[in-house]
Order: sequence, then C-alpha cells, then structure tokens
Amino acid sequence: MENQRGMPASVGNAWGGSSRREFLALAMKGVAAVGVVTVLPGCVLASAGRRKLDFHDDFGVLNFAYALETLEADFYEKVCAAPPNDLKLGELDILRDIRDHEIAHRRFFKRALQVLRAEIPARVWDGIDFTSRISVLNTAKTFEDLGVAAYNGAGTHLQLAEFLTIAGKIVSVEARHAAAIRDMLNPGSRDFAGDDVVDEMGLDRALDPAAVMAQAQRYFATPFTIAGL
Amino acid sequence: MSATSDLPGIVVDVLNFALTLEYLEAEFYVTGTGTTGLIPREMVPAFDQIRKHEVAHVKFLQGVLGTRAVAKPTFDFTGGGGAGNGPFADVFRNAQTFMAVAQAFEDTGVRAYKGQAANLIGHNDALGPALRIHSVEARHACQVRRMRKQKGWITGNDPGGLPDATRGTYRGEDNAFHFILAQPDSHVDEHTQAFDEPLTKAEVLAIVRPFIRGGQ
Repeated sequence: MENQRGMPASVGNAWGGSSRREFLALAMKGVAAVGVVTVLPGCVLASAGRRKLDFHDDFGVLNFAYALETLEADFYEKVCAAPPNDLKLGELDILRDIRDHEIAHRRFFKRALQVLRAEIPARVWDGIDFTSRISVLNTAKTFEDLGVAAYNGAGTHLQLAEFLTIAGKIVSVEARHAAAIRDMLNPGSRDFAGDDVVDEMGLDRALDPAAVMAQAQRYFATPFTIAGL
Repeated sequence: MSATSDLPGIVVDVLNFALTLEYLEAEFYVTGTGTTGLIPREMVPAFDQIRKHEVAHVKFLQGVLGTRAVAKPTFDFTGGGGAGNGPFADVFRNAQTFMAVAQAFEDTGVRAYKGQAANLIGHNDALGPALRIHSVEARHACQVRRMRKQKGWITGNDPGGLPDATRGTYRGEDNAFHFILAQPDSHVDEHTQAFDEPLTKAEVLAIVRPFIRGGQ
C-alpha cells in the first residue's frame, strides 16, 4: 500500500522486507514439490504434477488464477485478432482494453509462478463462434463472471496478505469487465450487477475452486487435478 | 456468521468502517433515486439497482454486527462537512453532479474494501462476504463511470473529470509495481488499468470526511 507508492523501481517494496522472505520460503516449498514429481519416471507424470492445483498453500491458488487468466487473455487475443464484423461502435476498443488487462494479469501470475514451471493445458474453443458478436460477448460474460466468483471463492484460501491484496487488485478489475460486458449485451439495464449474480444481501457470487474448475475445465484440452481443498 | 459477541475486535473495526461507507452510499442513492426529475430516465434502472445493493449491504452488516454496529452519521452530500454548501451544492438538483459524487463513492468504496481484506485473513466468515461486496462495488463503479462516458476502469490516477474535492479517490491508482511485477516498457496505461489499488482506512476517511457532519 503506502510503501509501494512514489518509489523508484529499485526500491519498490516488491523485493524488500519480510514479504520477499515469505514469498521465497513458499517458493522453495513449491520447488521441492515439483522436484519430487519430476524424478518420477516419464514426462507424463511430470507434466501432470504441474497441472495439479494443490490448495494446501497459496501457490495452488495462484496456479488456479494463472489458469483462468491464461484462458481469458488467450480468448481476448483471439477475439481482437479477428473481431466479429457485427460489433457495435466502440465495442472493439473495450475488448482491446480488456485484452490488455488480462495479458497483464497473465504476466503477473507467470512471473509469480516461474519457479514452479506451471503449465497450462492447451485451450479449447469448442462452441464459441468468433465471427459472432453475441457469441463472443456471451462467452466474455461467462468468463468474467466466473473469474469474479473464482477470486471471491479463492480469497479465503489465501494466507499471505500480499497475495490477498494482489488478488483484490485483480478481481475488482474483473468485476468492472463483467459489468461492462453485461451492459454491452443489455444497455441501460440492471444486468451490470444483475440479480443472477448478486443476491438479495447484495453479495456477488463466490465459487469454490473445484466448482470453478468444473465449469472451466471444458476450455482446457487436458484435465487439472485438484487437491488440498 | 458467528454470534456478535464472538466477533474479534479487528473484525468489528473493519466491518464498522465498511458499515459507515455503506450508510453513506445507501442514503445517497435512496435520496437520489427518490428525487423526482434528478436521474435521467435511461439511467433509472442502473441507479435503482445500485440503491438496492447499498441498502442490502447496510442491512447485512448491521445484522452481522448486531449491537456492536456503529450508528449512522448525519451526512452532507454537498461535501460541506455539515454546512450544506460544499463543492457539490447541487448534488440532488444536477444529474452530472450526482453522477460525479456517485463515481467518487464507488471507486473509493472499491479501494476501501480492498485495503481491509488483509485485516480479515483468518476470519473467513467476515472475509468471504467482504470480498463479495467488494466486487459488487466494482460493478457499480464501472457502470457509473460508463454512464459518465468514462472508461469503466481507472487509467493511472486520472480523476475522470471529478473536481479537486475528490482527488484523493484516485491518489496512488497509478502505482505500477505489483508485488513481483514491475511496470512494463509499453502499454503502461493498460497496466495501471489492470490493477486497482487499495486505500488505507485513514485515506478513505479523509476522502469521505467532507460528506459527514462534524467531520468525525
């Protein structure tokens, strides 16, 4: 927070103080876990290990978020590379902004997880018509709402304050995306925060990681295994 | 959630802070949506939905806090600290002013919840709902910003056409260092848009103080 502000890159708090030590301690745990897997015979087990989302520590949550952000970033990259012809005025600008945000999120998690050599299975786009505005926006709505629910549900699994704060920095941007996409689909309505996602107590959806992956799995070529929940 | 008497002090403090902000937002939207001719017809559904949520948040937090809930302050939505003649003197007569104050409240609300999340680690009964309110506030913020012809996300520390009186709302939003990720060489604007920034309780209270009579 304050100590991240107004500092040149060389003394930003990212790599200073106890947060760095805690991060490295966790990172060492992660390296050890991967090491065990990689000495087992065959590359299948090794890569399966890297596709395991183990929620016993914060790295499982980060890996889970990395998978979702990769899915989103790839989706918007594909959309923006060949946008539907029937997009309305200004909509491509919004989709490009969202693409750039998701790329930034993907880059963050890739950087955070590089010690784990986290591996995300190939993406599968079955059922999405990239030439259709309505198909693209409905898919975007699904991804953004799922992303919000995923972070809201995963937040309580995080133990490190730094990771919870960074997840918070990202989830509110996902919620902004969800609201914008929903309003593009039904302008001027209540849908930006519709009753289908916000309950009568005014609470947004929260889904446990297993429930999120049950919905997200169809977009990945090979399954993730989930442990530690 | 646990019985009120079981709530740890830190949780009570955080939730009462949240309740104060929700009181502010709820009364603001109840007054605004109840003022004939203020809100343009095409924006009525959106503002009514936001009002509904903020009222629900007050009720929810009051329910959790029980007898330990703070009382609702007296508000001055002109931003005059109770004098009723602040920089937003026409807040309930001019839709543009109303929407500007709404944007300030929503973007501040997002940052306020974000800043408190880490204080609730280990108290999942409170953290879970707080996170779920946080993302609702972000949906509101995006919608209000877009109704004001702004992007739904915050670029750098751009005040989005809000007057100086609310500039604290965007102070520090241009932070480009995110734990282990430094600012990239290009696409800096998009990089800052991609990460919303927290505010401390003190920073938030400094922003909302002019809207509270007696300045707390």
